[in-house]
Amino acid sequence: MSDAKEKYEVVIGLEVHAQLATESKLFCGDSASFGAEPNTHVSPITLAHPGTLPKTNKKAVEYAVKMGIACHCEIAPFTYFSRKNYFYPDLPKGYQVSQNVHPICDKGYITIHTNGTKRNVLLDHIHLEDDAGKSIHDLYPDYTCIDLNRAGTPLIEIVSLPDMHSAEEAFQYVTEIRRLVRWIGICDGNMEEGSLRCDANVSIRLKGEIKLGTKVEVKNLNSIRNVKRAIEFEVERMIKMVENGEKIIQQTRSYDADKNITFALRDKEEANDYRYFPEPDLAPIELTEKDVQRIKELLPALPQDLQADFVEKYGLSAYDAEQLTLEKDTADFFLQTANISNQYKAIANWITGPLRQLANDQQIDFSQLQMAPEQIAGTIQIIDEGKVNFSIASSKILPALLGNPDATALDIATKENLLQTSDTGELEAWIDEALASMPDKVKEYQKGKKGLIGLFVGQVKKISKGKADPKITTELLQQKLG
Amino acid sequence: MIEITDQLVDNLAELSRLEFDATQKSVIKSDLQKIIQFMEKLNELDTEGVEPLLHISTRTNVLREDEVKGSITREEGLKNAPATDGQFFEVPKVIQK
Repeated sequence: MSDAKEKYEVVIGLEVHAQLATESKLFCGDSASFGAEPNTHVSPITLAHPGTLPKTNKKAVEYAVKMGIACHCEIAPFTYFSRKNYFYPDLPKGYQVSQNVHPICDKGYITIHTNGTKRNVLLDHIHLEDDAGKSIHDLYPDYTCIDLNRAGTPLIEIVSLPDMHSAEEAFQYVTEIRRLVRWIGICDGNMEEGSLRCDANVSIRLKGEIKLGTKVEVKNLNSIRNVKRAIEFEVERMIKMVENGEKIIQQTRSYDADKNITFALRDKEEANDYRYFPEPDLAPIELTEKDVQRIKELLPALPQDLQADFVEKYGLSAYDAEQLTLEKDTADFFLQTANISNQYKAIANWITGPLRQLANDQQIDFSQLQMAPEQIAGTIQIIDEGKVNFSIASSKILPALLGNPDATALDIATKENLLQTSDTGELEAWIDEALASMPDKVKEYQKGKKGLIGLFVGQVKKISKGKADPKITTELLQQKLG
Repeated sequence: MIEITDQLVDNLAELSRLEFDATQKSVIKSDLQKIIQFMEKLNELDTEGVEPLLHISTRTNVLREDEVKGSITREEGLKNAPATDGQFFEVPKVIQK
């Protein structure tokens, strides 16, 4: 099998749907929020009653353009919607309002990192469309239930070229899209709730072959991890088929996460004739360079730009810069703290270490941490001044600061008696106790094993419960041991 | 010119979820033939050098602000449902489990 694998090249194209985080739907004023009682976000337009007239949501257009700019697309100066006609009970209009020629964003790319190398995955385009409702098949034995709350909510579909060549690349690609949509605030990126959905077109071909192999579309990939697992399974299945002399047929398959398999949904692609035509009820959209410029100015600094800034302007390592820009909230927190403290490396360590840990422990978003940049700057300062050490600060002071916006690290250290002491009297007592507990080591030290000094300092720190100032302790120890 | 065959009528009927008996089919066939013929007339026009019309609308950028308004109640929404339990539209089972 592993030999066989080497013969083939995998070709993957992804279609990612992102639900735009607007208040209202794409063409009417129903709420676009998730999780409401069924069929409570409906209007005559959503229900497709005769005589209703849809009107495009300005914000949805702006969000689509934002994504286009973030993905280096060409923004169409003239774009319009088309009707994509098909029948399904959760599609009340009998057509989806989508775009098939002149999509709002053309071409572009998403930069991914795999095995330490950077590569741009090319996009075909990004278009705007409305979502269908939800069919619930398992509620009653004889009926399918339809909930139209989701019908008409705004989506962008980000369509890549068949430009990825491994499940890992697909994984990185979706991860990057998720980070981007959250970063620029156009989608919450929640795959479980379906705000971000992914379909994969997978094919294989012999290495060196130019013609694409027969593709299979895999649906129902409801987590980034499942995107990877489903593609891995599918590639394996296809290679086995071809090696056994079987023919791959064009299929739509679904991924079953519990069994980690894909299975056929529809065998032969039934006449996929959507009979697209321009939607006459919706006016086309014209976007001037000025419009695009205005929207561009609304965008925050993008992660890759900030990452470069963090390295060049703040002297952080590439790794720290990457960790800080995993989400916008951590990058913002860094910038705010760096405004008041110049201990950039320490700030980065606090954010990617104890603060992120704290958020994880409480299972909340980083932005929900009740912590002010000033409090972290203050904590870093008292460590720098030798008043407390890092481990006391992170284990005792940080939890006490949380949710106490008025408290400072110094207050807490003083009140909780956590300040390191440089009082030589107190220090000497701890040192004597420490040395008395390990007479053998003292002898070894005096015979020349000077490296043991660290052990003694450690012991003093332990006895003092972290309060001994390590620098003065070291000096005192050196004097004492001669 | 497109030839209207039985198969074309069947395909269009399938896509439109319509059913015709034999008599209806022959009527539809001849209607379609006439429609196509009528549209073929357009081909006689010389459109050399004419910008293609992409969309019939004469206005652009008819947009609304992102505001929640205009919804109706669930009771009102479900009034014309073929069947309902008071929460959902109920339709014949779409997939077999």
